[in-house]
Amino acid sequence: MRPRSKILPTAVLALGGVYAVLPLLWVVFASTKTSEELFTTFSGWPSFNGGLTGNLSALNDYGDGRFWLWMLNSLIYAGGGALLTVVVSAAAGYALAKYRFAGQRLIFGALLAGVLVPQITLAIPQYLLLSEAGLVGTYWSVILPSVISPYSIYLCRIYADAAVPDEVLEAGRVDGAGEFKLLWSVAAPIMTPGLVTVFLLQFIAIWNNFLLPYIMLANDDLFPLTVGLYSLLNRGASQPALYTLVITGSLLSIIPIVALFLFLQRFWRLDLVAGSVKG
Amino acid sequence: MSSFKRKAAPYLMTAPAVVLFVFFILVPIGYAIWLSLHAMRVRGAGFGIRTEVFVGLENYVDALMDSAFFESLQRMLLYGVIMVPATMGLALLFALLLDAPRVGGKRASRITIFLPYAVPGVIASLLWGFIYLPAVSPVTSALKTFGLPAADFFGDVSIYFSIANIAVWGSVGFNMVVLYTTLRAIPKELYDAARLDGCAEWQIALKIKIPLLRPALVMTSVFTLIGMLQVYSEPATLRPMTNTITQDWVPLMRVYQQAFVENDIYLGAATSVLLAGATVLLSLGALGVFRVRNARSAG
Repeated sequence: MRPRSKILPTAVLALGGVYAVLPLLWVVFASTKTSEELFTTFSGWPSFNGGLTGNLSALNDYGDGRFWLWMLNSLIYAGGGALLTVVVSAAAGYALAKYRFAGQRLIFGALLAGVLVPQITLAIPQYLLLSEAGLVGTYWSVILPSVISPYSIYLCRIYADAAVPDEVLEAGRVDGAGEFKLLWSVAAPIMTPGLVTVFLLQFIAIWNNFLLPYIMLANDDLFPLTVGLYSLLNRGASQPALYTLVITGSLLSIIPIVALFLFLQRFWRLDLVAGSVKG
Repeated sequence: MSSFKRKAAPYLMTAPAVVLFVFFILVPIGYAIWLSLHAMRVRGAGFGIRTEVFVGLENYVDALMDSAFFESLQRMLLYGVIMVPATMGLALLFALLLDAPRVGGKRASRITIFLPYAVPGVIASLLWGFIYLPAVSPVTSALKTFGLPAADFFGDVSIYFSIANIAVWGSVGFNMVVLYTTLRAIPKELYDAARLDGCAEWQIALKIKIPLLRPALVMTSVFTLIGMLQVYSEPATLRPMTNTITQDWVPLMRVYQQAFVENDIYLGAATSVLLAGATVLLSLGALGVFRVRNARSAG
């Protein structure tokens, strides 16, 4: 027989769960309401008067489908940026873990110091430098600064150190494999769980980023969801009719990332983040 | 030939990271410092031609004397005094509960508490903002049904709690999972002796688990502190909903205002260098304190 759960600790933990989902539940309910219902009916309960379909089609029509463009942009920034981060960080992390070379300490030390530099305070000089290069207001202005992530390199180094055995690499060398072939076809497959974690952390970080695209972009059509919805709310401050658009847009913008998160959460190696990898 | 290739390999592999690091972190830092030491000044008498000149530490003096910046710092600290202990306290509490025996619904709770981490800060602020907004708030309408007075989430004092709550909501889960993962790596045998001695679970948590968690606690606290210094999207998103939040409510909003509204990039750079310096000092301080303690407990 399983021992019975204790009531108080179980209840406290459950309360934490309720706190976490309540706002998400609210946005689901609120998106079912017409603009009028939003202000007149109790918002802790959904409506079934076609509010949701109305809101969806209004959002679809907004700026000729601009919302979907924002979502696509977010996918490009987060997906492309995170993918590039993984490639750059995996190669660097692996090299730092598995080779001894002059300048290694300097590179690793500089990267570690980079973890402490708040990315956000770099935004103004990055903006000025990219505007000199004529890149401000392009996709690259958001993607390029996101690709370098000292923390991701640090995680890759830890993971390569713990997971890739030196003997396997030596055996590959004896068989005549080149160094890059070893990285690509021996080390990378072993490092996959760690790389998935780095990809997810970075995907979420870029998807959630606000200040960088907010500073870099002026053209509505290049906005990611965060900046797009923010601009929509700013316009809506004088027109409460836009509230329902913002609410429905918020709901739709959460769905893909929550789905990705739930789908991939069993592949996470968060012991990596906690610094206790056992390979 | 192959030995040369082997020697070149690590440099080639780290090259993309190093190049990006130089261009997007090192050069911007250098540029920010350079800007912070310069200003636009009218040169020569009467012509009114503005040129960039070296002004030494003038911008830093201005930044430190700037009362708006000072007030934004105070607001950030008030917000941090609520946000940091609440986030870390709840994360630790939940992690210990997840690790304790005979607690039900662990998997479901772990996933739901972690879920808000995936919600962008701006979207989280929009959701909570609407929950705070009197006209649509479910809290306000629930209070009304029971004939209670409406809650004011945008009051002079309550605003700090309202904004801290958004950040706590978004970050408890991540910290909880990091702490919980660390707890799971601790060999269970460590607790057996204590249990045999009749220690209660909360005593084991307090006397064995928390001391062993210290490295992870320090790391998550440093990240939470950095998050506090960088607070921006929550107050910026709520601003259209209330007049309580000014355009320069927190330091980063003030930096943005200096650089892009008042068009004084130089002053903005000085202010952000100050903020970055404070962040680095704070992190190094926390890590240093931790190292000293560790060395002591090891020795």
